[in-house]
Parts: sequence; structure tokens; C-alpha cells
Amino acid sequence: MAIFLNENSKVIVQGMTGSEGMKHTRRMLKAGTEIVGGVNPRKAGTKVDVDGVSLPVFATVAEAMAETGANTSVVFVPPAFCKSAVIEAIDAEIELAIVITEGIPVHDSVTFWNYAEAKGNKTRIVGPNCPGIASPGKSNAGITPADITGTGPIGLVSKSGTLTYQLMYELRDLGFSTSVGIGGDPVIGTTHIDCLKAFEEDPETKAIVMIGEIGGDAEERAAEYIKNHVTKPVVGYIAGFTAPEGKTMGHAGAIISGSAGTAESKKEALEAAGVKVGKTPSETARLMREVIENL
Amino acid sequence: MDLYEYQGRALFARHNVPVLDGGVATTTQEAVELAERLGDRVVVKAQVKVGGRGKAGGVKLADNVDEVKTHATNILGMDIKGHTVEKVMLTVTADIDEEYYFSYLLDRANRTFLCIASTAGGMEIEEVAHTAPEKVVKLPIDAGVGVTPEIADDIVTKAGFPEDLRDQLVDVFVKLWGAFVSEDATLVEVNPLVRTPEGKVLALDAKVTLDENADFRHPENAEFEDKSAVDPLEQRAKDSGLNYVKLDGSVGIIGNGAGLVMSTLDVVSYAGENHGGVKPANFLDIGGGASAAVMANGLEVVLSDPQVKSVFVNIFGGITACDEVANGILGALKTLADRGEDVTKPLVARIDGNNAEAGRQILADANHPLITVVETMDAAADKAAELANKGA
Repeated sequence: MAIFLNENSKVIVQGMTGSEGMKHTRRMLKAGTEIVGGVNPRKAGTKVDVDGVSLPVFATVAEAMAETGANTSVVFVPPAFCKSAVIEAIDAEIELAIVITEGIPVHDSVTFWNYAEAKGNKTRIVGPNCPGIASPGKSNAGITPADITGTGPIGLVSKSGTLTYQLMYELRDLGFSTSVGIGGDPVIGTTHIDCLKAFEEDPETKAIVMIGEIGGDAEERAAEYIKNHVTKPVVGYIAGFTAPEGKTMGHAGAIISGSAGTAESKKEALEAAGVKVGKTPSETARLMREVIENL
Repeated sequence: MDLYEYQGRALFARHNVPVLDGGVATTTQEAVELAERLGDRVVVKAQVKVGGRGKAGGVKLADNVDEVKTHATNILGMDIKGHTVEKVMLTVTADIDEEYYFSYLLDRANRTFLCIASTAGGMEIEEVAHTAPEKVVKLPIDAGVGVTPEIADDIVTKAGFPEDLRDQLVDVFVKLWGAFVSEDATLVEVNPLVRTPEGKVLALDAKVTLDENADFRHPENAEFEDKSAVDPLEQRAKDSGLNYVKLDGSVGIIGNGAGLVMSTLDVVSYAGENHGGVKPANFLDIGGGASAAVMANGLEVVLSDPQVKSVFVNIFGGITACDEVANGILGALKTLADRGEDVTKPLVARIDGNNAEAGRQILADANHPLITVVETMDAAADKAAELANKGA
């Protein structure tokens, strides 16, 4: 099974011909992802050779879907043009659009999110500013390293890329069903709650790791959701206990303002919902190991 | 980026939102010249990005130029909650009949924009929301539609603003929305928005936050950046394209990925509890790739912080393999030595992930006198804290 992304996913890359797009298209192909083409209106009709695989470039997402049956798009389009790229994906009603691009103005994210809602949320948006989705052994869409770990019982949802890799690495002997990097921006498409719901319904996933960080109240709301709807064991980790107020910690969304968005309040909310919260990534991995052993 | 009040006022004026005539001064002399232009009665307001300046004596009414001189002299250089006053804003005065609250802001939780309006202005809106919630109206604004005159009209009705001000308020709300969108703001707050005895609506304060991700669309707003208030190390890091935040401790931190670096700060703080209470000196994310050149720039910034006693390099090699990271660290130290930098502070490296064994082997073989390689993040944080404590 896995969630959102699996062996049947047919992937196109918006912004494939750019340097980041090219680099990661190569990586994703190597990881076994079924990439069926790219989108770039200025290079439509051409073919790009990626390590011996010839990939067609289409003018639009709709055309790429019609020609290839693609159901997933990975977006590497630069910030200035990213909003139009995502809106195009929404208009084409592709099932899944994973927005890797970092540095998108929040007015643009709100605009494409409000647009997706107005269109009935037919497209699941993941990101922006995220590492993407990896379902080990099945498909890898985004920039998550593919060779850290294999298939297994753990589902992971995280705001942070390298913390995701760290946890996957520490638990690599156990393996993962899917890891979803939802991104560290203030406004994102797919949330912790969306992933928790999908993991709860996924028979392959036996336990869930949730990684959060300071800023906003997404973790508190996720805790509320866990309390009422999640029966599988959840282990949590929150980064930013020692972050000062009013300073943005790398991610545009990672900022404490007043008493809002602190790591402490997130930890308390999660613990009140029965989630075991690790103090460090290693402790979090240990807690997950215990959970798996006791299943 | 949070703007100073005088910058927010200028931004409002740019969008034809009614504000009082005024200007900004950095010296008493400038304040006096400005007051001479503005006329007899002016308000002198300290420009700081922190609340409570009135109570601290940072807002004074002046009836003549002599009083402006006195107030400007007193307020400039004043310390308000750790912020030194570098500028004062002067405006003409207005008589006030009523005070209102109005703002547009990003609503993260609902992934939309929000309008907050209240007829009870002049105080903290959180306070009003707490004591008289019925007086605070919150309305979501669809980004695709924005604030049309019809929607502004609806806000006037729902918030219960006076009927005779309806047309003026609709006009102001539409203009403020124009400012909010076209300037890529995440907050535009007017508190108070006032009614004068003549029945005129005026924005007496301006609190604006701009989205730095949108800087590329607003080269004209670069002037709002306050370089004097930015820590020199932060400025230097920014010039090198690095994501750096100066903190107060003595353990320099370099890592890849915002989440991992935030986590590193936590782990070092915990470790510091056993080593004299040492704390992280900074946040520095060199990005997922962790290339040698970026590593060198990052190390240079961290090492030039005189408070730093040890450095913890915490890298997870994902797409970039750890052998490349190890070569990057060695390359960075060599680059710095070649540049003539003083590289004497001990460095603890923890590299894990893709090809970690090979990476650690490269560092072991190099046998660099300053580098200690530690296998896990927790143990490495402990070592870095120990070294910082010894070096203190």
C-alpha cells in the first residue's frame, strides 16, 4: 500500500529542464520512480535524455496527462513562476502535486491553496518548500534520498527534510511505508492531519512518526486529531525548544511569536493525546523501536 | 520583515491611506527642522520594533520647537526594552473622537487571509478579544476575490462602525487591502484608526510585516531593511547567502537543513546543562547540499564570532554523500587558513547518513589537530559543549 505515492504512480516533473529539476529527475529515475515526462512550455515537443531514458517535454500539465496518463507532478519551478505552475496543475486536475520549490511568497501559496479549494480540492498539494514523498521500494517523488531505508511498517510525516532523513536512517533496519515531507512554510497544502488520517487507513503502516517544529499550531491541531481519530501508535519529535522568540529559524514558518508556536506547547498537546515525544531525534528513534517491538 | 512605524506610515501614504503629515529624524537637529515645517504642535515618537514605548517615555507631545528639541534629545538614544532608539517620528496632531482597530493578516491555520475589525481600538486587540469578544469581528478574506467595495461594506456593517463613516471606511479598507496584497504583507495593522471631531477617518499608527520571500518582487522596499539594527555577523552571513541567526552562547553550530539545525540547538543546550550551562552561539543552516564552498563561508562566519569557543558541525549526508561532506570540511579549513583566517577553535564533526563510514575515515586519516569526529549527534553535542566550557 503506502500513502499518496506508490508503484502505480506515474510522475511528471514541472521544471524538469532546470538544473534542480534535471538533477532530481535523474535521481528519481534511479530510485525506480516511473517518470513519464516533463513540462516546460518553452521546450515543448523536445525530448530530454536522462541516463539513456528519453523523456518527452510537454507544453502543459494537461497535455502531459493526456499523453502519458500521469497522475502525479513534482514541481521544481522557481519561486517567481511557481504559483502559475501549481494553478496549472490544479486546472488539469492531476491527483497529486508535490511542490519542492523553496522561497515562494506566502501570498502565492495562499492564492493557489484558495484556488484549489474553490476547485473542490481535486488535486492534493504537498508542500511548498518540502522534500516530497518517498514510498521505499515503490516510488520516490521529490528530493528525499532513496537509499536510506527500505519498505517497512513505519509511516513518517515531517515539516523538516534532514530531520526526516535522520529518523529514517536511525530506523533503517525497520523500514518505512511512506515518508511525507509536508514542508516548513507557514501555509502548506497537505497537513500533519491529512497524513495521520491516510496512515491510519493504510494497512501497511503499523506505527507513525510525526516530526514538527516551532511556529503555528499545526502540531496542536494534529494532537487533537490523534486523540479522537488515530488508533495506531504515534511517536513525536518537536524541534526548536531553545529557539528565541521573534527569530525565524530557517523555515519561513518556524517562528515563535509571544506564547504562540512554542515547542513546549506542542509537546504538551501531543503528550496529552497519548503521543510519546522524544527529547532528541535519537530518543525518538528509540521510542519508535520500543513501539514496534511491542506491536 | 517588521517595519518601523514611520516606514509603515510611508507605505500607507504610498497607497493613499489617510495618515497625518509627518516625517522621521535621526538627530535632534533634523527633528527641529522637521518640526519647523510641520508647525507648532507635534508628537515625537520613538521608533522601535517593540511595544510599550509610551510607558517608557518614548512618546511625547511638543507645543513648540524648544519642546521638540528637549523631547528629541531625550528620546534619541533611549533604551526601550533592550532596543536603542535610533530614530524619532514626528507628526502633526489630531483630535480624536473615537478609536477603532483594523487589520489584515495571514491566517496560517486556515490557510487564508483574515480581516480583524473592532470599534474598541487603541488597546491591545488580544485584550479586547479577551474582555469583550463581541466587539471583535474576524472575517476570512478569499485571496482569489480580495476586498472589493462590497466586501468592505460588509466589514463596516459586521463590525458595527458608525453609519456616517461608511463611505470613508469602505475606501480605507479597500486601499489597505491594496497595500496588503501589492506589497506582499503578512500583516497590516492600524491601531488606532480614528475618527476626528470633524468626522474624518485617519490611520494614526501603522504596523506592517512584509514577506521576505517576496523581496524579489519589491526592490523598492529594500530601503526598509534596517542594516544598522542587524547584527554584523548576521549581515555578513546574509551577504554570503547563508541562513544565520546570532544567539548568545559559545558553541558555534553548523548543520544542513533548518529542522536538523533547530534540533542541534536543542541537543547542544541539553548537553550544556552538564558543562557549565554553555549554549549555542548561533543557528546556521548551510542547506541540504552542504558543499565545500558553502561550508567554508559558514565556518568563516561562525569562527569570526568572538563568543564562539567550539564549533559543532552536524551534517546528515542525504543526496550529498558523507565522503564529499568530509572533504568539504577539510577543504573549508584549508580555504580559511589560505585566506589568512585564524583557525584555532576546536571543531566537533558528526557526519551521518549516505556513505558515513567513508566520510569519517577521511576525517580520521586527515588527522587534523582541531577536528574531533564523534559518531552520534547526542555524543557530539556533549563533546562540543565540553570543549566550549573548557575554552571559556
